[in-house]
Amino acid sequence: MKRLRLITERLAEAALALSGSVSSLAILLIIVFLFREGLGLFGSSSVEKGYALCVHSSNPVEQLTPQQVKQIFDRELTDWREAGGRQGEIVPFRFDELFSLYSEEELGEDGELLAQRLGEVIARTPDVIAFVPEEYLPRGNRAVKVLPAEKISPSAFFGGREWLPTATPAPQFGVLPLIMGTVWVSLFAILIALPLGLGVAIYMSELAGARIRKLLKPTIELLAGIPSVVYGFFGLAVLAPLIRETLHLPVGETAFAGSLILAIMALPTIITIAEDAMRRTPLAMREASLALGATPWQTIYRVVVPCASSGIMAAVVLGTGRAVGETMAVLMVTGNAAVMPHSLFQPVRAIPATIAAELGEAPAGGAHYQSLFLLGCILFAITMLISVSAEYISGKNSGKEI
Amino acid sequence: MIQAKDINFYYGDFQALKNISMEIAAHTVTAFIGPSGCGKSTFLRLFNRMNDLIDNVRLTGECLVEGENIYHKSVQVDELRKKVGMVFQKPNPFPKSIFENVAYGLRVNGIRDKKYIARQVEESLRAAALWDEVKDKLKKSAFELSGGQQQRLCIARALAISPSILLMDEPASALDPISTSKIEELIHSLKKDYTIVIVTHNMQQAARVSDKTGFFMLGELIEYDDTKKIFLKPEKEQTQNYITGRFG
Repeated sequence: MKRLRLITERLAEAALALSGSVSSLAILLIIVFLFREGLGLFGSSSVEKGYALCVHSSNPVEQLTPQQVKQIFDRELTDWREAGGRQGEIVPFRFDELFSLYSEEELGEDGELLAQRLGEVIARTPDVIAFVPEEYLPRGNRAVKVLPAEKISPSAFFGGREWLPTATPAPQFGVLPLIMGTVWVSLFAILIALPLGLGVAIYMSELAGARIRKLLKPTIELLAGIPSVVYGFFGLAVLAPLIRETLHLPVGETAFAGSLILAIMALPTIITIAEDAMRRTPLAMREASLALGATPWQTIYRVVVPCASSGIMAAVVLGTGRAVGETMAVLMVTGNAAVMPHSLFQPVRAIPATIAAELGEAPAGGAHYQSLFLLGCILFAITMLISVSAEYISGKNSGKEI
Repeated sequence: MIQAKDINFYYGDFQALKNISMEIAAHTVTAFIGPSGCGKSTFLRLFNRMNDLIDNVRLTGECLVEGENIYHKSVQVDELRKKVGMVFQKPNPFPKSIFENVAYGLRVNGIRDKKYIARQVEESLRAAALWDEVKDKLKKSAFELSGGQQQRLCIARALAISPSILLMDEPASALDPISTSKIEELIHSLKKDYTIVIVTHNMQQAARVSDKTGFFMLGELIEYDDTKKIFLKPEKEQTQNYITGRFG
């Protein structure tokens, strides 16, 4: 009988250990997958897959950055001198233009002469830069020089100020506007939600009577259960127009609207966790403080809040985590313009919203796809940073006197 | 010093104190004894209005401290508590340094003068017979002290704001015998400066430290007299039974 119990206990122990290791392994695998997919971006070419850029062989330019390529085809960069070459107006040439230059017969029935014609075009225009599919590259032609496709560099990715992942011939993966969008929206959300949330938590745990608390607490907990898309709907239908009209803005879908919605969404988390932490402060501590002639307010800020500091920290982390990672509501109310934010009152685009909006249209395995995974990595790093620093701060706090 | 007149106290419908009157003289040690739940702690906590923290309580009668009715509307509770210090059953130091624990009462009083605070902290720790043990580690957390030291720290903390009355709610019940005897010695030495009211479960302790003793049972003050008389020749049979250990 005793043996049987011993065996079942062992089995239960083993099962628990197994489930623990399986779940941590799963989490680890997800992270590894995320980073493997994401970091693949830095190996891939900055020019669209299957395409190449070529110039006349007399052109001294050996390499162009993705940004220069984009500017050339946007006609923002017009002289070769600006790209490190000799003087001469750049003639950008897209492959489709062949079809307007040559008749069908000249191009061959099955397009077998395409490469040859392309060679001719390049040979007679010394200042040309052509964007062509690799299979039609005029390989034998001496007048044609293929520019090596530059790899996407981490500095271009993290320092780039343009996010145009579907631009041709050179998509731009500058993630700075997205990071800034996320930072702005979440930062202001926390700046709004934190004082408000802590205030309400203090009120509920210390000042409110039992009846008011009984009413408030379930209401706030109910707020935490509302799906984010409903918040987003509310933001889109009510908040955004309100902001547009009261502040006389061209659009209401701004970073500010996102911050407000996120603040409302983070509030229940912050309030419930902080309130629980404060209520867990031992009665003995409050009594000690009050018995020394401290007023209730002095007791709150000198004893209750410091005693609850680690719980309050947890509230901040979870609230911030929610704000940083929130996708749907932000996608709906921030206007989604991937530009560097200069003020709170212009449309921005956050990282999670970008992933959600673009993953469906990005071809699997392509640079765009990989860049979205890398965005996921960045998001992961941000939340990681927040929780580690919070851990550090609260650990430091509990170690020394308050 | 303290006068209680016809005190009735209710927790909701339950009457915890029944028609109690008592006078406590200055610079004496008064002990409250009685079985658990007899109301002695509740009665003690009336004197610094600690019972206010509990919801749904009701009080009738008058309670005067230094001639002033402390339940009058004009009384500021925090000011009263500066006059009537309290030490609790379990040592409850703040999660702060030893120094800051003692300085707390001064700081919440708005005192900023560092020299004054330092002097007051030292004096209080000396008065609580703790100075020699902690003078080299004032910056250390109060939680590093032993239970007995923590309780003396709590006494020092209460003394720092110079109260005239010190309420002690079973201050030694969570301590070992050596720490207990230290607390008892301390009570003796504090008597000349403070009026002390102590609730205790331990009858020997009451006999050792107090001048007067009140015996409580089921919310009533059965007998209140000189300690010697209570322990040697009590008037009531219930008191006799209790102190001889026949019940309770």
